[in-house]
Amino acid sequence: MVEIKGKALVFGDNINTDIIIPSKYLTTLDPDELAKHAMEGLDPKFYEKARKGTIIVAGKNFGCGSSREHAPIALKHAGVRCVVARSFARIFYRNAINIGLPVVECPSILEKTNNGDELLVNLAKGEILNLTKNLRLQASKLPSFILEIISAGGLVEHLKRRLEKDGKL
Amino acid sequence: MNISEKILARASGRKEVSPGEIVEANVDMAMVNDITGPLAIETFHKIGVKKVWDNNRIVMVLDHQVPADSAKSAELHKIMREFAKEQNIPHFYDAGFGGVCHQVMVEKGHVRPGELIVGADSHTCTYGALGAFGTGIGSTEMAAVFATGKIWLKVPETIKINVSGEFQKFVSAKDLILSIIGQVGADGANYKAMEFDGPVIKNMNISERLTMCNMAVEAGAKTGIINPDEKVMAYVKSRTEKPIKPLKSDEDAKYEKFVDLDVSSLEPQVACPSSVDNVKPVSEVEGTPVDQAFIGSCTNGRIEDLRVAAEIVKGKKIKNSVRFIVTPASHEVYLQALKEGVLETLAKAGACICNPTCGACFGGHMGLLADGETCISSSNRNFIGRMGSPKAKIYLASPATVAASALKGEITDPRRL
Repeated sequence: MVEIKGKALVFGDNINTDIIIPSKYLTTLDPDELAKHAMEGLDPKFYEKARKGTIIVAGKNFGCGSSREHAPIALKHAGVRCVVARSFARIFYRNAINIGLPVVECPSILEKTNNGDELLVNLAKGEILNLTKNLRLQASKLPSFILEIISAGGLVEHLKRRLEKDGKL
Repeated sequence: MNISEKILARASGRKEVSPGEIVEANVDMAMVNDITGPLAIETFHKIGVKKVWDNNRIVMVLDHQVPADSAKSAELHKIMREFAKEQNIPHFYDAGFGGVCHQVMVEKGHVRPGELIVGADSHTCTYGALGAFGTGIGSTEMAAVFATGKIWLKVPETIKINVSGEFQKFVSAKDLILSIIGQVGADGANYKAMEFDGPVIKNMNISERLTMCNMAVEAGAKTGIINPDEKVMAYVKSRTEKPIKPLKSDEDAKYEKFVDLDVSSLEPQVACPSSVDNVKPVSEVEGTPVDQAFIGSCTNGRIEDLRVAAEIVKGKKIKNSVRFIVTPASHEVYLQALKEGVLETLAKAGACICNPTCGACFGGHMGLLADGETCISSSNRNFIGRMGSPKAKIYLASPATVAASALKGEITDPRRL
């Protein structure tokens, strides 16, 4: 989980949750059904592309808008392995970590990445390698307790472990 | 410390906190609705805890798609009802008893000054209008709150916005907050708290303060907040008998930044497609034809909003090419508007009155848009596809501007009627 490899799919600034998963699909709790409609307003072929295992690259304020956790769930189940953006909206950022979708802030990512570039993200080091362009980019390092949540696969598993340890489960 | 820091310090059992610190806080109230609730419930069951941490501190509201608009929504509502029963949760609001979750939280006395409230809805920041620290979270995090009553939060930096001057007729809180978002940008307050102050804010009634704090999240803020005064105390005391322990910013409280604004020359503002920070004075977009005009939502669906719309359309007919959708924010607002004749005035002018729900604002039901259509709306988001077709356009404005535009069939400055 510390290292993630995938091909970049590049988007711009302010990608909001209504774009990531439109409200008309929120009547389902089935993650695979949500995944089929991820980002469809911007790119009708997103699901097809993401299936191959992708890393989303975006500008500032990724995931702004509603608190719907369906947004990171749709991305994760579509095949997105990680989102690297200049910055994230705060609720999306927390939601992504809580469901085990790694998110990394990297100020220079948008200028240095083209669609299809092969990226290698190291979460613990806070470093991104663009293998296609042979570049090393500095990203924000995740605090250790966030890394723990991500490596547990999300908040549910993390909390279960904690509650079990405390004898509360 | 400022009010946000004081509330987070109190909730985490600390004497003092400062921006950037991460605290584990005890939650005073937790709210879910019919979109985020079912996922939180499913996740709560996965955690494996049998009972919620405190059934009296959880509020469940059916609002996004009430009454159920499809068999799928009906299933989600059923999950909510069954959980409320299983966990013995008294604060459960079904169709006919509640309305839009944030309005219900405020009206039913679940928002009290000095408290930390998390809601699985981004507009939970609304509660700052009553001096509470309200912030939006997701469903998994809510499941963890259901299980433990705790949440980790980073103490935010605070931007203090001082507002002075005097509003012109038909210029209101909505125009002010749109203008602020236009200035700071859609991520201008990301992770931060926005504290509103100054003579204009002090003069505002509760409804206007709710509008201000509600839209703080559209600038990315963790919360919008206003120091509670006697108006707030009187309002809250009329809504709950629970003890109230208000907190206020110290005179020497620290802020990341100060912004001073004067509203005297502010004209009605409009957020143009398709981002909330694409804000222009109404004069720049006047004459844009509209197919639909919507008044409702947690931003501007209160009795004061319906009254101003009724004042504008009274004795007139809206343009016959426009659907004028009016959705009171709660059952209480609906009843009050009925009693005052506000609904009759609006309906006679040609408004289609819907039951309290998020409805068209959320693009769930009751007033969706087709390809190529344009809507002017008193709600809070104009993202692509927000109210139906991704090829529709949404302009956000005050209830006065929306009502004036419904009359003329095009975006209209309410001051010119």
